[in-house]
Amino acid sequence: MTLPADLATRIRAAVDHDGSPQAAMLEALRLIQHAEGWVSDERLAEAAEVLGVGVAELENLATFYSLIFRRPVGETVILLCDGAPCWLNGGDAVRDALFARLGIGFGQTTADGRYTVINMACVGGCDRAPAAVVGRDRRLVGPLSPDGLAALLEGGL
Amino acid sequence: MTGLTPPNGLAPPNGLAPLTGRARPDRVPHTLAEWQALGGYGAVARALRMTPREVVDMVAEAHLNGRGGAGFPAAHKWRFMPEPGTTPGDGPSYLIVNGDEMEPGAFKDRLLLEALPHQVIEGATIAAYGTHASEVIVLIRDAYRGGIAAMQRAIAEAEAAGLLGQNILGSGFSLRMRVHPSAGRYIVGEETALIEALEGKRAVPRKRPPFPAQVGLWGRPTTVNNVETISLVPHILEHGAQWFRALSRTEEGGTKLYGVSGRVNRPQLIEAPMGTTARELIDRCGGVSGNGVLRCFQPGGGASGFLEPGDLDVPLDFGHTARAGSMFGTGTLIVLDQTACPVGVTARHMRFYARESCGWCTPCRDGLPWAARILDALEEGTATRSDLDVLAMTAAEAGPRGRSFCDLMGGAMGPLASLLARFGDLVAAHLDGGCPIRRGML
Ligand SMILES: Cc1cc2nc3c(=O)[nH]c(=O)nc-3n(C[C@H](O)[C@H](O)[C@H](O)COP(=O)(O)O)c2cc1C
Ligand code: SF4
Repeated sequence: MTLPADLATRIRAAVDHDGSPQAAMLEALRLIQHAEGWVSDERLAEAAEVLGVGVAELENLATFYSLIFRRPVGETVILLCDGAPCWLNGGDAVRDALFARLGIGFGQTTADGRYTVINMACVGGCDRAPAAVVGRDRRLVGPLSPDGLAALLEGGL
Repeated sequence: MTGLTPPNGLAPPNGLAPLTGRARPDRVPHTLAEWQALGGYGAVARALRMTPREVVDMVAEAHLNGRGGAGFPAAHKWRFMPEPGTTPGDGPSYLIVNGDEMEPGAFKDRLLLEALPHQVIEGATIAAYGTHASEVIVLIRDAYRGGIAAMQRAIAEAEAAGLLGQNILGSGFSLRMRVHPSAGRYIVGEETALIEALEGKRAVPRKRPPFPAQVGLWGRPTTVNNVETISLVPHILEHGAQWFRALSRTEEGGTKLYGVSGRVNRPQLIEAPMGTTARELIDRCGGVSGNGVLRCFQPGGGASGFLEPGDLDVPLDFGHTARAGSMFGTGTLIVLDQTACPVGVTARHMRFYARESCGWCTPCRDGLPWAARILDALEEGTATRSDLDVLAMTAAEAGPRGRSFCDLMGGAMGPLASLLARFGDLVAAHLDGGCPIRRGML
């Protein structure tokens, strides 16, 4: 078992906090993702063991929720809103400019491993449309414009 | 930063915006001390001196309708909760504060969680007292990290001050409160799916009855309320039911946190009396953007049917909006000018609903992606006349309540049905080479 000790400890604490291993399953996945950016098969199996639940049971959950990443992602994940309010405010142009700039499409990661772009709606930033949430702290950014993307990306977002 | 309470003709009576009026301009959450200096927790003290029944009666008298989408009277739902000692087995009763908020066009709960966490705690404490709940779970979507952090910090402060935990303010009432982040998917916001999610399962809705008030989280009595509903509760306790009703222009009490987005010059959140009209809200946002001429609007988020310029003076509350042929839902307006296409808007909503469905029922799992593909094909100009028949059939067959397991499918059909009914000619014009508006033909 190679699950880092602090992660195992935090998963056990989540069981206490949430009241049962079942209730803590999602939190365990989140803790792993917070630490490592995504949830590998190996980590998922290790977490299942700490929780005392089946691997399939945890996998069942992990594959249902869109913000549990089961493949490696870039250092910065950009969740770009593709909902109607963002579209009405020029979301397509922002999307196209972002793709052109990074050379990737939705669900892909740049070759240098810096960015992953994922589509999501709604990010709850309709007053700042077109909007996205970026990075591990899911910071809301917007209104985005094709011209402003360079500064945003170069400024580390 | 959007102004929430600028002086203007829209301010509620007495110039009050009870729900958001105390938010700091920078939206940084208050510390407990700051909140108490603003009169915070007075409502909790007051409620705890009353009986739970008196609290619920007061909320009933206030005509508080749930702000999560269906507009169900809050007190009515609370009365389904059993009295302590009348439920077999042991264990807590729960109050779940629903902060999943993913509906396109809705961004109101974000502000309440991020900027006014102590208000949520106050409301949840009072609601828990009224419903005999001993545990509160605040479920917040993972993307709202600011809200999660603010709530966690505020809960810790309230616990340390004896405002949560054992024997709150010496009243004998004890309450545990915690935050549970959700990992994304719109269906998690449906109350029974949310309960499944909290139990560590896939968020698939449960059969009702039994209702959550009888068999909810872990089989225990459970109430689910929206963040905005809960945030309004302290104000009712503080100022009384009559005052709360007088805030509104209609029979449905209180103010509403309206969100306005799409083609307006300054999209923003506006707290205004329940029953405020779209005309006033759009004016407040600096008017229609794009070509400046309104084509239509959705009054209640992605699942609500389109209304047209002739409906600009409908008082926006649950009853009036339904009578106008739409749905008040989350009370979040999406505005389209003449250069915006309702087919494109509906296509994006449909893709959203298709993606976020739990996949349990066939009409929803298969029908939504199908409808989404046809709408995309219409935009691109590759749809055929028979595709229109399929769309019409989908809206007619799958739309009505009860044809699918939960309201996601019916909700998804709301904009589609009204698109076909109100904009049939515009839809048909797409058959001939794609979106005529985009091609500059209209
Ligand atoms: C598909 C679907 C998604 C929903 N999402 C939310 C949500 O994100 N937040 C919310 O408060 N209610 C949501 N609801 C409504 C809830 O099921 C429930 O009615 C509401 O939380 C009750 O709160 P209220 O009585 O205070 O309005 C959703 C309903 C459906 C059918
Ligand atoms: S209508 Fe859709 S979201 Fe609701 S239970 Fe059926 S498949 Fe799931």
